[in-house]
Amino acid sequence: MKKLSILLLFTLFSGQALAGKTFKNIMKRQKVRCGVTQGLPGFSAPDSKGNWKGIDVDVCKAVAAAVFGDPKKVEYISLSSQQRFTAIQSGEVDILSRVTTHTLRRDSEMGLNFAPVTYYDGQAFMVRKKDKIKSALNLNGATICVQQGTTTELGLADYFRANKMKFKTVTFENNDEVVQAFVKGRCDAFTTDASGLASERTKFKNPNAYMILPEIISKEPLAPAVGHGDDQWFDVVKWTVFAMLAAEEYGLSSRNVDKFMSSKDPKISRLLGKTKGNGKALGLNEKWAYNVIKQVGNYSEIFERNVGKDTALKLERGPNALWTKGGLMYAPPLR
Amino acid sequence: MYKWTKNPESRSLPAGEAMAKWMKKNLFPTPAQSMLSIILFSLILKMLTPFLDWFVYDAVWLGSADDCRQASGACVAFIREKFTFILFGFYPREYLWRPIAAIGLFICMLWYSKEPSRWSKRLVRRWVVYVFLWILLMRGGMFGFELVPSNKWGGLPLTLMLSFVGIVFSYPFGILLALGRRSKMPVIKAFCVGYIELIRGVPLISLLFMSSVMFPLFLPEGVVIDKLLRAQAAIILFVAAYMAEVVRGGLAAIPKGQYEAGEALGLSFFQIMRLIILPQALKIVIPPTVNTAIGMFKDTSLVLIIALFDLLNTTKTALKDGNWLGFSVEGYLFVALIYFIFCFSMGKYSRRLEYELTTSRSH
Repeated sequence: MKKLSILLLFTLFSGQALAGKTFKNIMKRQKVRCGVTQGLPGFSAPDSKGNWKGIDVDVCKAVAAAVFGDPKKVEYISLSSQQRFTAIQSGEVDILSRVTTHTLRRDSEMGLNFAPVTYYDGQAFMVRKKDKIKSALNLNGATICVQQGTTTELGLADYFRANKMKFKTVTFENNDEVVQAFVKGRCDAFTTDASGLASERTKFKNPNAYMILPEIISKEPLAPAVGHGDDQWFDVVKWTVFAMLAAEEYGLSSRNVDKFMSSKDPKISRLLGKTKGNGKALGLNEKWAYNVIKQVGNYSEIFERNVGKDTALKLERGPNALWTKGGLMYAPPLR
Repeated sequence: MYKWTKNPESRSLPAGEAMAKWMKKNLFPTPAQSMLSIILFSLILKMLTPFLDWFVYDAVWLGSADDCRQASGACVAFIREKFTFILFGFYPREYLWRPIAAIGLFICMLWYSKEPSRWSKRLVRRWVVYVFLWILLMRGGMFGFELVPSNKWGGLPLTLMLSFVGIVFSYPFGILLALGRRSKMPVIKAFCVGYIELIRGVPLISLLFMSSVMFPLFLPEGVVIDKLLRAQAAIILFVAAYMAEVVRGGLAAIPKGQYEAGEALGLSFFQIMRLIILPQALKIVIPPTVNTAIGMFKDTSLVLIIALFDLLNTTKTALKDGNWLGFSVEGYLFVALIYFIFCFSMGKYSRRLEYELTTSRSH
């Protein structure tokens, strides 16, 4: 019945929302095909039972909840980093939610459309707590472990030169060797992407003896992407992410969203579909955002569940906090 | 050692005495060799104790990831936790009996087929039935079996399928290519030489890439050919070129007189090949054939670059679980053991087959 009503909605209003091929195929298939990694802790990795978990996975679940009202209607397709762009160009996947950095070339030449950033990553430093280093700017003269021939190595040199600081590097070909060198004390700090630092730290014998410095010195905005040529589908993915951010901003979560159904606040009433219009504009059920929040959660829930303080990764919100709390996460008005 | 068991005189000795005698003969015959034995034994002991410490005394057999991180030994608990995922990947847990049954049947079929005396058309028919059963069990979608699409397959069944189907299909294809390469017809010969040299000239990785990354771009939009099928086809095409060269070696080893004798009997080309040349040539090339088979069994692990979850990839993925990070030694040792068991059995069987087929010829 729900399927019928969605189809009916879809045919009735296909004039407003440009009916795209991808969206049509998804409705026919009754499943969203989601391209994920081959395993990256916190972002997309299977648990012992083979269920995919992570921020990127939750984004796909949220999109399925928005479209079908059911987060389980996702088919996960594991992609290597070389495969990922072909997979979206050839239509093997509908959405690429695979720690992909938003760049100009990918947005244009590669034929991708990037939805809002779901995780601001970037190069950071890890140090020993006992060294009492509180900021990357205190690293003048430090010896730093870094993987050879990576953009990380270049980013490190740029940062120190820009801040007129001296440094020495200890480089290795293989990431595991870099980590070993740091643990054995051959260098004062270890640098790679912040999320990478966090997942390496969980492997240490005493992870609490180490800390990640707050400075992020490069831009790696990770965002889900869809292919060119289906604006409606792009809108759906984009606003699903925005809805999760808006939910956090308004204080809505999977636990309390039902209570807000009677809220008089016009913003909340529009978000949850009590004031109709948003769903129709996207070609979705009016309760699309309610389903996302109820079944998957707001952005903060997704963050804390997968990479937050109570997980093995123990990441701080940092730049991923809401704009109201000093971060970069900001949703335009949902009206 | 072989001689010793065959010797009736020593067999009648008590076990301890026989052992001592064997040791004296094989380990301590001269002072120099005794020294060598002692040095080697102490080296082995020196390596064995830390291994035992790691694997037995300090190991965590039951417990959580945190227990493992506190201990200095192996984390067997990690293997226990990830056992199902490593062996079967994403296969739905409620239907897990299906891949188990498929592998069980597969091993039974191999066991049954290993006697050359059972090689007949009936056996071929049984294998056809088995292949159908495999598809029914793994894929389902008929006779009340729930459909499990191929992107959920993984682990041991996937590795076995990729390598077994790869070997079985590439073998006849390789024979045809080998015959074609020796053919006097220029077009056929040029095609076969070109194919073999082209395929041997590129790494398997590039073929897998072609099949998974480039091939879909040539297809009309919306047409999606199963990723597993594409990888399987690439593997067959690749191994066929190697098999062809192996078979060609066997063909070259058959004296010219055999061909001429066949012709003198008035047999056609295909009769000569089927009745005289191939049975001899294929027998000669058993060791290099098995060598290629073992090589390709391990090469199937390259499919991880196109994100198929074969045995090695499920292991690597199991290592990426946020709750169980950092137990790569345990994971890789476990999967190495599985690979070793299969490769070692293949090698052992090849030696037996060689022995049996040569003796049966002399009767």
